[in-house]
This record gives sequence, structure tokens and C-alpha cells, in this order.
Amino acid sequence: MASPPPGGRPGAGPDGARPSGRSAARRALAVRLGLMAVPVAFFALFFGYPVATIVGRGLREDGRWQFGRAAEVLTSPDTLDVLWFTVWQAAASTALTLLVALPGAYALARFDFPGKRLLRAVVTVPFVLPTVVVGSAFLALVGRGGVLDEAWGLRLDTSVWAILLAHVFFNYAVVVRTVGGLWGQLDPRQEEAARVLGAGRFTAWRRITLPALVPAVAAAALMVFLFTFTSFGVIQVLGGARYATLEVEIYRQTAQFLDLPTAAVLSLLQLAAVAAMLAVHAWTVRRRESALRLVAAEHAARRPRGVGQWAFLWSQLLVVAVLLVLPLAVLVERSLSAPGGYGLAFYRALAEQADASSAFVVPPLEAVGNSLAYAAVATLIAVAVGTLAAAALTRRAGPLVRGFDALLMLPLGVSAVTVGFGFLITLDKPPLDLRSSWILVPLAQALVGVPFVVRTMLPVLRAVDERLREAAAVLGASPWRAWREVDLPMVSRAGLIAAGFAFAVSLGEFGATVFIARPDSPTLPVAVARLLGRAGEYNYGMAMALSTILMLVCAGVLLLLERVRVNRSGEF
Amino acid sequence: MSSLTLRSVTVRLGGRAVLDSVDLDVAERETVCVLGPSGSGKSTLLRAVAGLQEIGAGEITLGGRDLAGVPVHRRGVGLMFQDHQLFPQRDVGRNVAFGLRMRGDGRAEAERRVAELLAMVGLPDAQRRAVGSLSGGEQQRVALARALAPSPALLMLDEPLGQLDRSLRERLVVELRQLFDELGTTVLAVTHDQGEAFALADRVLVMRDGRIAQSGTPPEVWQRPASAFVARFLGFDNVVPATVTGRAATTPWGTLPVPDGTPPGPATLLVRPAGVRLDADDVARPAPDDAAEGGRGLRCQVLARTFRGDHVVLALRPERGPDLEATVPLRGAPSPGEKVTVSFDAAETVRLPPED
Repeated sequence: MASPPPGGRPGAGPDGARPSGRSAARRALAVRLGLMAVPVAFFALFFGYPVATIVGRGLREDGRWQFGRAAEVLTSPDTLDVLWFTVWQAAASTALTLLVALPGAYALARFDFPGKRLLRAVVTVPFVLPTVVVGSAFLALVGRGGVLDEAWGLRLDTSVWAILLAHVFFNYAVVVRTVGGLWGQLDPRQEEAARVLGAGRFTAWRRITLPALVPAVAAAALMVFLFTFTSFGVIQVLGGARYATLEVEIYRQTAQFLDLPTAAVLSLLQLAAVAAMLAVHAWTVRRRESALRLVAAEHAARRPRGVGQWAFLWSQLLVVAVLLVLPLAVLVERSLSAPGGYGLAFYRALAEQADASSAFVVPPLEAVGNSLAYAAVATLIAVAVGTLAAAALTRRAGPLVRGFDALLMLPLGVSAVTVGFGFLITLDKPPLDLRSSWILVPLAQALVGVPFVVRTMLPVLRAVDERLREAAAVLGASPWRAWREVDLPMVSRAGLIAAGFAFAVSLGEFGATVFIARPDSPTLPVAVARLLGRAGEYNYGMAMALSTILMLVCAGVLLLLERVRVNRSGEF
Repeated sequence: MSSLTLRSVTVRLGGRAVLDSVDLDVAERETVCVLGPSGSGKSTLLRAVAGLQEIGAGEITLGGRDLAGVPVHRRGVGLMFQDHQLFPQRDVGRNVAFGLRMRGDGRAEAERRVAELLAMVGLPDAQRRAVGSLSGGEQQRVALARALAPSPALLMLDEPLGQLDRSLRERLVVELRQLFDELGTTVLAVTHDQGEAFALADRVLVMRDGRIAQSGTPPEVWQRPASAFVARFLGFDNVVPATVTGRAATTPWGTLPVPDGTPPGPATLLVRPAGVRLDADDVARPAPDDAAEGGRGLRCQVLARTFRGDHVVLALRPERGPDLEATVPLRGAPSPGEKVTVSFDAAETVRLPPED
């Protein structure tokens, strides 16, 4: 089908189009192509090209494709081990997250209690935390010399439980936001109607509420599976030598063994798996768009009644306290417990000039400034590219544009390590010699931020009633003016939220940055990882201190976002 | 001079002609109401004139200017949307001022005009109110003020009163009519409610399947529907196929009298409910078998009766032919189940062309 002209007027069919109609349709197509040009160029240049190059380099030798080699890698026991671990830990993490978070989603959706807004914010903090920080926090809680180790000699860092718990910690918010957001807006009168028609309390829930929730639960489960499937930072910190996901293995093969062919095959394997998951996700999203009766969340929530409901609510608060707050509290505690008692010794050490034995050529504290500057630039790029993409995707579209939609989600799942390494080997010659340019880091980070921007902006843009634009046009506003007067004011809040997410994600980006950040200007996560990789109490303490700083910055950004959050603001 | 003209305007959507070679003239200062069931193409007509819908063929001119290729925002028409489409993030004053700002009016000038318009639609000093806090009737007034603000050459209304409750609707129809007379605005409105159309319009157009089924003044259309479709759409149910011979017509109900000068031959006959008369002593008198005498004495059973204030509408099941509708005075109206005998009044009988 031809694309609708600007202002979404359904175009006259090719059979009856007059010259002016045809030119309008052409103009419309030109506008959309123009909007898409920048995002497409951005993704082609800074995503497709590096990834394709590195994969090609791994699979080609002497100008020929080495598919035999690929088959060898794919069928080797090592690869199958890694794949098996990647899949089962992701499945286990997803199941555990749903088990823990669904009751929490219910509590936040249906109950009204003091401090609910604060709780919503607290629950979301882990999601925007860098994976490295999450790793550090769990290391401080359950690792060697951690709190549990000191108290009871209990260590989980050698077991897979530390990884699973960290994944639950990280993804609790995904379930609460995606499922709870919908749950809170389901019209309770639907259930009441079923009750009046003779359904029992449970039957009404099973027949009315559950079917409405299933697509949201499926979507949330899929996102959690996707995030844990490609988990890197958490495993890198907590997995030790025993556990490796595909992403970790890609990193090892690339950075430690310099075995590019193996890394390339593993990258392709991950790409295929992620593409399949995204296809399923797109399908569940379409299912979710089925008409549901939604009401403002405030109308659906009420005070808990009776001992049972209060006990349930408190149990959920306890889960949040133990699972989400405790690790972060321990992280802060560790960062403050200097050799001579509590103090800021580790923080002071961060600011000191590095000596020969140090992992750094600059004081680690400089990483804070680097990170903020990089993230700010990355946010600008992500918001610009993401907004253009969202604007191009707003209007009803054919399969071509839907494919573009899926393309935008890919960076969420494609090996960041591959992207980072791809940057190094492709963007190093004219006309794009960026190897020594600082812009390389923000570009890589923006790549991860764009999907968040699009996911946040798109639902809001799509919710703008087409007829409002038409009303503006009839009153004399040109298409561009109508967009500025009607769309922009409505999406500016969503834009702010998108920017915040992009900022937080950029701050925490690790897999790609670790390759391309220059030694003299590390970012916070890179600095934390470097410190954790070194022995010594001071390095450990400094890692905790830096993680704490990073956590505070991210939490601060998030709390600012909570203040501007609107009801319809995307899925994350 | 005609302000708006459409010449064989055709719009096809998905292979179907939503507007099929429509001709229309709206004179300056005239109010024309397009009436039709949903899906008849009446909203598409407005969208085509506004430029929100590309037309496949034909010509639209406004004030003598051909609108082909003129984008929406340069057409100088006003359109009041069905559900108003007020901009939710702007207050009332800034909604009304929108078109003025687009035109580039100065702030002071715009403020003066907004105040004037809001006073005119009966919402003085409402500038600072949020549109979310307005009732349906108030939103309708703001939408009207907003559409009128840039002094459009043509004001178009899409189901202007569709979502309002009955009493408010009846009051607003009168107000709108007065307002359009005062302003001398050229108005093209669409509605599915014939009461609204007849109260508002100088001229009514009935649409069916993208074509204009009838055009005329409200009394013309009401008294002489052009086809069985129009008659049924206006709410008349006593419509039957007939053959006219002289002053009588053969119908499923028997032979009915028709007015003088009714052309002979096959036809469709409409009998208005007021033309179905209950014979005074019908219960006492045995049914006469004088069907030849103009169908007098068709025996019916009363199925239902509905009070309409000063009269009663009866649903009747005749001994032959389709059900009948009759209006009778309140006093002495028969009850459901009773048997009555009816006769037909030629003055309330209208010949329509035969149905295809």
C-alpha cells in the first residue's frame, strides 16, 4: 500500500489519483524517506557496517568464505556448553523474575498506600543501574569477604545463584512496569460485570483479568529473557571463570584469545537468537494492541482491606527491601568501610594521582567527568536519531517500515562487544577515521540509547489523534507547523523521559565502551571493571566507591524522571 | 453567485466510490445540511472540501477559486469536527486564538477577537479555562468559536450536535441558526439526525451511497420525499409498491385513494401516519366489503401504542399487507390487542417513483 501523505490523509488510490494527488503522495513519501534517512544512515554506518565487517572478517580467509570453520565452531562442545548455559540461565532468571515480580506488580497496581510513588521509583532504580554496579553490589553482598560471608560464611559468588539473583534484581522493574502498568489501568468494572453475571472472585479474575494480562506478561518475560540472554557485565563480575554467556564468550574470544573467527560465529549465533526473540516480541506487542478498556490508574487502586491484604502488601515491601534495597545499601556500606573504620578513604583515593602500580594513568575520579560528558553527547545523538525514527514510524505503515521498527530494537540484543570491536576495526580509516576521536564512545552508547528513545516516544506520538493535526491544518497550520503546535507539546514530556533513559543507559554502557574508551579517559563502568580486576583492598574499596557514585547519578536521573513521568510513556 | 460548488466530485477508497460524481452548490450566506445514514459519504464530502481527502475526479471551487492543489491550511475553510478536537494542552483562549495566530494576527488583535467570539457563543471570560474542564455543550461552543475565529469563507460542521443530550441539542440548534443568520456565514453541515437538519438548514441534501438522493428546502423534502429510500430514512414506514390507475392505487393493503393528477402506472406509495384514519365506529360496524371504494375499512389489530406527547403512534397489523403506522389523537386511542378498521386519506398520500 502506498504511504499516506503528510497529515496522514489516506491517499487517493493509484486508480483515481489526479496529478495533484499523486504529487501530494510523492511529497509524503519524500517526507517520510527524509525522516528515515538520518536514522537509517546512522544505523548503517555505526551498527550495520562495523558488525558486518567484523563478522565478515571472522568468516572469510584468503578472500573465501570459511563456512566449514563456522560449522566446526557451532558444533564444538565448548560452544554448545556456552549456548546451553546462556539459554538455561536466561530461562531460570526469567522464571524467577516473574515469580518474584508479578505479586509486586499486583500490589503496585491495585493497592493505594502512602509512599507508593517513592516505591515505584525505588523499584525502577536497579533497571537503570549499570550492570557493572549490579555486579559489584552482589559481590559485596554474597561474594568473598561480602556481608553474608562475614556474618555466616555464606558465599554465593561461586554458584549460579548470585547471577540469577542479580538478574532478578535488575529486571524486577521490567515486569512491574510492563505488567503492573497495564494491570493498574484495567477497568475493575469489567471484573465487577463478570461477578454480577455470577462468576466467583477467582473465576472472574481467571476469565477477565488474566486473559487481558497474558500478552503483557509474555512481553515482559520476553524482554527479561532478552536482557539476561545477552547479559555481560553481571556475568563478567560474578561469573568468574566458570560461567560464560555467549556475550562473555565473544568478549573472551575477541579480547583474550584474539580468536576472531570463533567470536564472529558466536556473534552471528547471538544475532539470530535475538532476531527471533524480537520477532516474537513484535508479535506480542501487536496482540497487546487489542482493544482493552483502560482507565486512569488512580481509579483502579484502593486501600488494602483486612489483615490478608495488608500482610500481602507488607510481604511485597519486604521482598523489595531484601532484594532491591539491601544490595545497594551493602554497596554503599562497603564503599565507606575503609581499613581504619568508616570513612571516605576510598573516595579520597579515587581523586589521587595514579602511581605505577595503578590500573590508571589518570585519577579514577576523572571517569565521573568523562562519563557525564560522553553520556550527555550520546543522549543528544540518541534523542535526535530516535525522535526522527519515531516520527517516521508514527504514521500507519507497510511492511517496509515495520521492518525498520524491528531494526531499531536490534542494538538492544546484538553483542555490544561485537559493536565495540567493530568500531575499532572499521572506523579507523578516512573518510571515517574516528579511532582517536572522543566521539566514538558517545556514538556507541547512543546506539543502545536509541531503542529506548523510540520505545518511549512512539506510543505517545501514536496516541496523538490524527484529527487534532487535521484541526490544526484546517485552521491554517502547515504540516510542519501542525507538528510543532500539536505533536511537540504533547511529546515534550515523553522526550524528556526518553532523554533520561538514554542518559542512564549511556552512563552504564559497558560492553562496547570497554573496547573503545581510551586508557586515559575511561568511563565509570570501565573504571569499576578495571578496579575489580585488580587485587588489593584499596582497589576493591575504590570500585565500591565508584559504583556508589555511578548508582547515585543514575538514581538521581531516574528520580528526576519520575517527576515528569506521564501515564502513557512507553514500555520500559 | 454560488460560494461553494462541487462538480462531479468522486472519491474512491479501497475500490469503492465513497463519493460518486457529486454535484453541489452552496450559495453565499446559505446554510446547507447534508443528511444521510452513516457510511453514505457525508463526512467524506466535508473532508474533500477541506482538502483532508484527495478527490479522484471532479472540481471543487470556493468563491470562484479552484481548490485543486491548494493544501488544507491555505483553503480558508472552517471545520468543526465531530468530537470537537480541541487541543487538550491549550486553554480555551489559546484554542480559539489558534487560527488567528496561524494567520499571523497580532496578540492584542487576537485577544480582542477571542473575547468577542467567546462572548458571542455564550462563554464570556472563559479564556483561562482548561478544555478538560468543559462540559460537552461548552466544548461544542469553544469548537465553534475556534472555527469561526479566522472568518472562514465557508464553515463546515460535522455532526455538530451529535454527542449532546436532547434538550441541549434543541436549544443549540436554535442558537446556531440565529448566529449564522447574524454573521451571514456560508455553512455546510452534515448530520444523520433529520430533526437537526430541518431545524438548521435553508436547504437539505439527502445522501445515499455516495450520491445525492434528494435536494430541497426542509418542507419540500419532508412533504415530497424523492424516493422510498428518502422516505424511509426520514422515518416513514408506510411505504408500499403500488399501481396507480386514475384516482386510486392498488396496493397490498387494497385499493387506496390518491391525489388528483397522480401519474398512472407502477409506483411506490407513501402514506403518512396522519393519513391512516381510524373509522369512528369501527368496533360496532361490521366490516363492509367495499374495497372498491378507496380501501375504506381495512381491518387491523393494534400491536402497540406509543405516546408522543400530544398524539399517539399506533403500530397496526392489517388483515393483509405489511404493518402500518398511524397517528391518532390522545383521546380515545385504542389499546394493544383491540381490533380497528382504518381508511386512507388521499391528501396524506404521496406517489414516489417505483423502487428498483
